[in-house]
Amino acid sequence: MGGKKTSRKSSGKKQGKTSGSKKSRAGGKKSRKTRRESGLEKHIEKELKRVSEVLPPSLIEELRTKLLEVKDIITKEEASRIIELARLDYLNNLVEPAEPVGTVAAQSMGEPSTQMTLRTFHFAGVRELNVTLGLPRLIEIVDARKTPSTPIMTIYLDEEHRGDREKAKEVARRIELTKVENVTRRHEIELYEDPETGNYIFTVILELDPVMLEDKGVSRDRIIKALSKLKNIEVSEDPENPYRIIASSVARDLTHMQRIKERILGVKLKGIKGIRRVIIQKRGDEFVLMTDGSNLEHVLEVKGIDPTRTRTNNINEIEHVLGIEAARRAIIDEINNVLEDQGLDVDIRHVMLVADAMTRTGEVKQIGRHGVSGEKESILARAAFEMTVRHLFDAAARGETDMLTGVTENVIVGQIIPMGTGVVDLYMSPSKARPPGQGE
Amino acid sequence: MVTRFNVLDHELVPKHEVLKPSEAVEVLRKLGTTPDKLPWIRASDPVARAIGAKPGDIVKITRRSPTAGVSIAYRFVIAG
Repeated sequence: MGGKKTSRKSSGKKQGKTSGSKKSRAGGKKSRKTRRESGLEKHIEKELKRVSEVLPPSLIEELRTKLLEVKDIITKEEASRIIELARLDYLNNLVEPAEPVGTVAAQSMGEPSTQMTLRTFHFAGVRELNVTLGLPRLIEIVDARKTPSTPIMTIYLDEEHRGDREKAKEVARRIELTKVENVTRRHEIELYEDPETGNYIFTVILELDPVMLEDKGVSRDRIIKALSKLKNIEVSEDPENPYRIIASSVARDLTHMQRIKERILGVKLKGIKGIRRVIIQKRGDEFVLMTDGSNLEHVLEVKGIDPTRTRTNNINEIEHVLGIEAARRAIIDEINNVLEDQGLDVDIRHVMLVADAMTRTGEVKQIGRHGVSGEKESILARAAFEMTVRHLFDAAARGETDMLTGVTENVIVGQIIPMGTGVVDLYMSPSKARPPGQGE
Repeated sequence: MVTRFNVLDHELVPKHEVLKPSEAVEVLRKLGTTPDKLPWIRASDPVARAIGAKPGDIVKITRRSPTAGVSIAYRFVIAG
């Protein structure tokens, strides 16, 4: 529980006060005026520095700009007072010790999510790519699924490639996975049975599609080269038709033959595993690639992209390639995207708390049975969540003790929960107590 | 693959620094906590490896925060 909350309404409100500052417009006094102003600015800086231990940098910055806007009409004393008021207001808005921020976060995200369920389906399928949005996506994120149901990457390009559609296409070709079957128009199989061994001798005739070859930037020789790397397969070209490639092999039976055929068609010609489709989009004045499928690790190594901005919606991949802090950031961004997309106004601090809880142990844990809730210290709290009997049995078998430090377990045994005023313990030393009648 | 991309350059990755033992003690004193109660980061984490953090270290993370501008967090490096 480390959430800090501040309402930011208050800072720098006191602009209305005009009072004591002398408006010395006369030309002769100009030098004195600037000296006084710079004195005020110095004073503001000094005061801001004093509160910089307490206030976060963004508030300091806001105070500074607001104060400098009104520097002509305020005095040093007023400036000090504004800054002091901002400091007090900030301290007033911090989370109190023992405030159940987790529960508040859960409620604050849970309530708007009920609105989402009803509306989500109408929003599905925007743009060319079908993206999971709304509640299904939210569940996916907090469940920390290994792969999202619609993995998508946003690939930014480097300076050389971002301005030109043709250059962007060049990079797109490097990324999009192209298999033999993507560039063949059709394929035929000719099959003979070898009377001696009972094996099937067969040939797969691939008829290449010149349009697709051109589009994907693959040459015929490249296909032949890729195919000849396969074991037990002989590749030859048709002397009459340059767009026909013949691959022959031997199979034990028909299912085996089907498998070999699938292998031939599935040979990777270029691109990156897992990237099924690449779409070129224009964003502002640069071209950006959107992909269907995600493979962050390998895409980051592709020439022509901007690896510092390229990202994916697969949080698991981000965790493995960029680390836990990047995953935390990604969780916040993804949840925020979903909420914003649905027009729900949830304070980002709640989302940040969720991301903090999920990444606390150094790896992304789901909120649920196998993660945050399922690994609680307390037996009773775990039993109250899911699989009650199993948890109680296991704990009994191991002779575990419940220290009753959390909320759930104290509700179960009927004690005051350690939240809010419940965290305060009161001790009395009878020896020091005054006898009745004396004192107040 | 000529030069491998440095994960520290990615916009999602905030600045990580390994604290010197003296700084670490100071931080723990200020927060009034023990290392194991900080959030963790694994020694096998790509960023932890990139900055050479060893189990037992404390890593200072300077995040860009939408609410505070800049916020500082600490993670305790654990084995694994």
